[in-house]
Amino acid sequence: MSTYSLSDGLASGAPRLSRTPLLASWLRESGVGVLASIAWIAFGLSCLWWQDVGDWSRTHSLGIAAFVIAAVALFGTVGADYLGSAGRALHKRAPWLVALGAFLTLWELATAKFAWLPLPFFPPPQAIIEVYTDDLPKLLDSVLASVKLQLGGYLIGATVGFLTGVSIGWSRAVGYWVHPVLRFIGPLPATAWLPIAFFTFPSSWSASTFLIALATGFPVTVLTWSGVASVSNAYYDVARTLGAKPSFLVLKVAIPAALPHVFVGLFMGLGSSFAVLVVAEMIGVKAGLGWYLQWAQGWAAYANMYAALIVMSLLCSGAITLLFTIRDRLLVWQKGTVKW
Amino acid sequence: MVEAVALADIAPPVAAGAALDIEQVSHAFDIDGAELPVLSEVNIAVEPGEFVALLGPSGCGKSTLLRLVAGLDKPRFGTLREDERRIRNPHPSRVVVFQDPTLFPWRTVWDNVALGLEAQGILKSQRHRVDDALDLVGLTSFRNAYPHQLSGGMAQRVALARALVNDPKILILDEPLGKLDSLTRITMQAEIVALWQRKGFTTLLVTHDAEEALVLANRVIVFSDRPARVKADIRVDRPYPRHRGDPYLADLRRQILGLLGLDATW
Repeated sequence: MSTYSLSDGLASGAPRLSRTPLLASWLRESGVGVLASIAWIAFGLSCLWWQDVGDWSRTHSLGIAAFVIAAVALFGTVGADYLGSAGRALHKRAPWLVALGAFLTLWELATAKFAWLPLPFFPPPQAIIEVYTDDLPKLLDSVLASVKLQLGGYLIGATVGFLTGVSIGWSRAVGYWVHPVLRFIGPLPATAWLPIAFFTFPSSWSASTFLIALATGFPVTVLTWSGVASVSNAYYDVARTLGAKPSFLVLKVAIPAALPHVFVGLFMGLGSSFAVLVVAEMIGVKAGLGWYLQWAQGWAAYANMYAALIVMSLLCSGAITLLFTIRDRLLVWQKGTVKW
Repeated sequence: MVEAVALADIAPPVAAGAALDIEQVSHAFDIDGAELPVLSEVNIAVEPGEFVALLGPSGCGKSTLLRLVAGLDKPRFGTLREDERRIRNPHPSRVVVFQDPTLFPWRTVWDNVALGLEAQGILKSQRHRVDDALDLVGLTSFRNAYPHQLSGGMAQRVALARALVNDPKILILDEPLGKLDSLTRITMQAEIVALWQRKGFTTLLVTHDAEEALVLANRVIVFSDRPARVKADIRVDRPYPRHRGDPYLADLRRQILGLLGLDATW
């Protein structure tokens, strides 16, 4: 009740009240943006105010960068009306900017400044920035090696899986021979083949390509097969009465109708092939992000591990984004697909 | 005979329909090892350019007969002939419009209509036929739409255009209007008659609606319960456009419902 009487009193009070709603609506509109700016200023201050407990060379630059981001957030919020789509994008992401600024401040304080978290295992943000600036060539080499290995294995696995799935779904004879093999080998995790693969294949690179292809191929095969098998007979009837030959039925009826299933398979295959990639790189291949992780652990270079993990997660997420973009292009005719 | 002359007047000589002979056709399905007879010694001779409605109780085997005419299935006994040539396989000269439009959802309206020409490998040189067919059913402005964006009536019109683009000699309609609302249905009945008069193809229409059969066809064949046999072959000797309230048609309708055992409801 007391709040009620208070606001009542304000409302019945002054004529200058006509201004307050303007300020209030501006705050409601831009408050989060201002808050984001404050969070990043706090991060910058947390970098520069206290001395580091350890020896990191990028603390000062990081603090400056935080202030720059804070300034951009502030100007972007104040001038949102003049910035068009960039302003709207900033406005949409402002809550995340607040959370990120707060998290980084806390992280900075907990590690570099007061060492609340045990130190070598929890490096501060500036240590990770240092990895990106000082160890960039090696990190880039690793990224390149991982992408090459993953891309080769994935493309082979997806192609073979797709073709196998279509053949099983289409031809009873192929199904008779391939289906039991698929049931026997498919469910086995591809990583279980690691020891055998590494001494039967001429190089660890070809062994890893094979394993990634295997991990990709199984879900792609099964889902392509089920997609082709579930195509309604009515579609075939229509095409046949219009003069379609068997090749037309496969290429222009069965495959397009099965595509939504195929993409589920490609998505699942991507996930399981990432797992194989990292394990293969850690165990056998002397290159790539998995190897980099392993190497960093050997040197107790924890900042490098976190840096590599962040890059890895960006790459995996990027690969899935790419896959979903391709899917949305090809399946525009579908309603209500999930936005990644 | 009078009728044949009247037909010759309307049907353009180029795209005239084909004759269809159904001789002693019997068919059965195997269901869990048991044999289920669906057609019993059906004999029908259809003249080129005729519009024949096949009427019968639901599930009597009319649609099975259409599948045999289309060449999608082979009869157990008897023969079917299109212009003296035995029907063994599907052919674009006999096109079916099904009860569901069964448009390919991944293709635009234009690409759906182009399906037949594409399957026969002649699309490149005959693209104008797709445009003409879309124009015929009045959907030119929807050429780039996807099937999920169409209403039921529009989708069925696209299915009709997809059939007509092949210039069929026999158009097979398997209850194509069965799932449409009554207003769309009346409109499309008139459209089908107009198309038939313009193109001159032979038309086979399966329906379980006596009124629809009488408004559209110049011959109504009434089937018995399963296994279907021909119960009556009725000429509908009335000019088009026909009026639903025509007492002559009302009288025929009473007769037909009587044959189907529904005279008590009249």
